Amino acid sequence: MYKVVYNGEMDKRQGKSVTGKVIPELLEKDPKVVYLDADLMSCIGTLKLAKETDRAIECGIAEANMVGVAAGLAAEGFKPICHSFGIFASRRCFDQAFLSGGYAKNDLTILGSDAGVSAAMNGGTHMPFEDMALYSALPGATVIDVSDPTCLESVLRQCPDRPGVKYIRFSRKDYAKVYEEGSELPIGKAITLKEGSDVVIFACGLMIHEAMKAARTLAGDGIDAAVVDCFTVKPIDREAVAAWAKKCGAVVAAENHNRFGGLYSAISQVLLEEAPVPAGCVAVEDEFGEVGPQSYLSERFGLTAEHIVSVAKEVIARKKLTK
Amino acid sequence: MEAQESKQVKALATKIRLGILEAIHSVGSGHIGGSLSIADVLAVLYGREMRYDPKNPAWEGRDKLVTSKGHCGPAVYATLAVEGFFPYEELKTMNKPGTRLPSHTDRNKTPGIDMTTGSLGQGTSLAAGMAYGEKLKKSDCRVFCIVGDGESNEGQCWEAFAFAAAKKLSNLVVLLDWNKKQLDGYLADCMPMASFEEKFKAFGFDTVTVNGNDVDALAAAIERTRKGGDKPYAIVMDTVKGAGIPDVENIMMNHSIPVGDADFEKWTAELKAQLAELEG
Repeated sequence: MYKVVYNGEMDKRQGKSVTGKVIPELLEKDPKVVYLDADLMSCIGTLKLAKETDRAIECGIAEANMVGVAAGLAAEGFKPICHSFGIFASRRCFDQAFLSGGYAKNDLTILGSDAGVSAAMNGGTHMPFEDMALYSALPGATVIDVSDPTCLESVLRQCPDRPGVKYIRFSRKDYAKVYEEGSELPIGKAITLKEGSDVVIFACGLMIHEAMKAARTLAGDGIDAAVVDCFTVKPIDREAVAAWAKKCGAVVAAENHNRFGGLYSAISQVLLEEAPVPAGCVAVEDEFGEVGPQSYLSERFGLTAEHIVSVAKEVIARKKLTK
Repeated sequence: MEAQESKQVKALATKIRLGILEAIHSVGSGHIGGSLSIADVLAVLYGREMRYDPKNPAWEGRDKLVTSKGHCGPAVYATLAVEGFFPYEELKTMNKPGTRLPSHTDRNKTPGIDMTTGSLGQGTSLAAGMAYGEKLKKSDCRVFCIVGDGESNEGQCWEAFAFAAAKKLSNLVVLLDWNKKQLDGYLADCMPMASFEEKFKAFGFDTVTVNGNDVDALAAAIERTRKGGDKPYAIVMDTVKGAGIPDVENIMMNHSIPVGDADFEKWTAELKAQLAELEG
């Protein structure tokens, strides 16, 4: 069960406070859960665990080995959760996640923090705009872009028992509050945040907040926009995407990721196969990241409510032309 | 090892070599050099050291083998077939459509294969994770990991070795097949790795170097690792690529070669004569 409580306010909890609370709880509750980190425990509030239990494993700055060790533990019947920054949790250990994890059927949960522009002051070297694309190409993988701290908590609790490789990207810092604390969000299900009939905005991660702001602006212009949270990017909720696309006849996908290989790609496949309607996206336009405050980077890469509004109007115009 | 047991293990190594030929000849070519070089250590592991049950390959109490140099699949398949994990005839299905015996070892396909490998280096971390898991379970099962000398070019191996020492994985035994050659030629020419023994010692392993094609030396070195302690073990196996079949040993580029009918018959006859002598 879940309850949408979005009103534009920020969530008092941060991503890292959720990991700092939930990972110890999972270790406590299930003796098969193990947690591995690559010298970034301090960043997600779990550092004390390494001294408390052998099931919290400090692997040092060696992500490839961390994921391999995790896969070995999975073969022994354990349920590993690995963490690093999104760039290292994807690019730096991809062959290990792919072969030692997915191909070998060793189930893994991999947490990638500092999704997209939330890498902010660490800059372009630390800014994953391609992590979802990589994991989407791993057969059977689950790819999640967390919508708020409650969503992070919910998916974190579901992932250890879910088969395959699960990749969860999240921001350690500020999120707008979307769901009531304690809500359970079933992986694989898209959630309607706002009903609408003129255009549907499919959003994930930090773009949920922008999509909701955009819907309010569009309402002021007499446009009734639906907003759907697609926190599970893979497997995408085909049924919900097709139904909303058919109902509204115009689609915008909004993601804090490259336009290739993430939410827009997943949505586009459903549209082409089931509901070919005009569509557009608000995403990173095939660029590398750069350094700066998150607010600057959101503007710099066009990941804003204003941009969603203009793309929404553009796809609605195309819808009218095709009628 | 007593003389009698030594003879039995040598006979097993010979049977493994026959099985390698069976599998590779049935496909026409394959990774023969690095398969033959580890036949002796496989004979020691499966002939006297490891606990396993061919009738119950997933037995919880078994010791585990990770062949990180996954391309030596033919050698492991030959061993498993001789030990009764699956019918010997099945060796002839290697690499054929729908086979349970793919060129590189796969835990989800072959009874008795404990881990999937093929992308070099990855087996070292997998083995370390398995050894860590056994420790968490407070089991006395051990994990053996065969690593290629060329494979050690991969940085992941050294990440895994640092991890194994840091976590005191004394239930992990790394068996490094120092056969001096990789695919493109000698390590010395492709990518020299300096002293393996010194490297392992520096990483914090209990380390010895032995003649890796001498079952008695191997048995003694591996037996030593039963004592546990607080260090992982490394046995640098000084081997010959292609060991046990002189014609193959003498081919410089013997990583993967064709094995035609004439070669198969000649080499099989040589090995069978050797076997008759050992079993006579």
